[in-house]
Amino acid sequence: MRATTIERAQGTNPLVIALAAWLVPGAGHLWSGQRVKGLVFLAVLPAMFATGLALQGRLFPFELQQPLVALAAVADLGIGLPYFIAKAFSLGGGSVLAVTYEYGNTFVIVAGLLNLLVACDAWDVAAGRK
Amino acid sequence: MQTHLGLLVIFAAFVSIVFAVLLRDEPRSQLRFGATLFGAFVVGAIAAGWLMLPLPL
Repeated sequence: MRATTIERAQGTNPLVIALAAWLVPGAGHLWSGQRVKGLVFLAVLPAMFATGLALQGRLFPFELQQPLVALAAVADLGIGLPYFIAKAFSLGGGSVLAVTYEYGNTFVIVAGLLNLLVACDAWDVAAGRK
Repeated sequence: MQTHLGLLVIFAAFVSIVFAVLLRDEPRSQLRFGATLFGAFVVGAIAAGWLMLPLPL
């Protein structure tokens, strides 16, 4: 089963696997046959993102006039599908008056950056570099 | 849980799990690396807090 999955993954463009890994946390590793890793990422990264939103973290807008805000927006987007789900439900407005606002931002941003790192790893695995 | 230490522990747990699973392949080494990373996060933060204690705000 695992060999079949890996063979199928090897026939797929690594970029497609990396994009899938970005969109759904853990999907790239699941596709490549690394089920335990994929399931851990699938559980932990969205949970970290959701914790950040629960702590009143903000999904930053793409404001190019404010480079740090734009970079935070890119990091937020790094989590993939959960970002769009949160946007669809109007979550991530953030409350700057909340005690946990900055903590929430940290959780949301780091979850996105970790997912980008996981997607890069999935790309390496799919390309046979790991 | 809204204390700084509580949120630090939760954050450290999330990040340690991801890095341990990402950077190690064997379950035993994942556990060891994750526990080391988690401990380093928590102890390092407490140590940094103590070092900053004499500094004026």
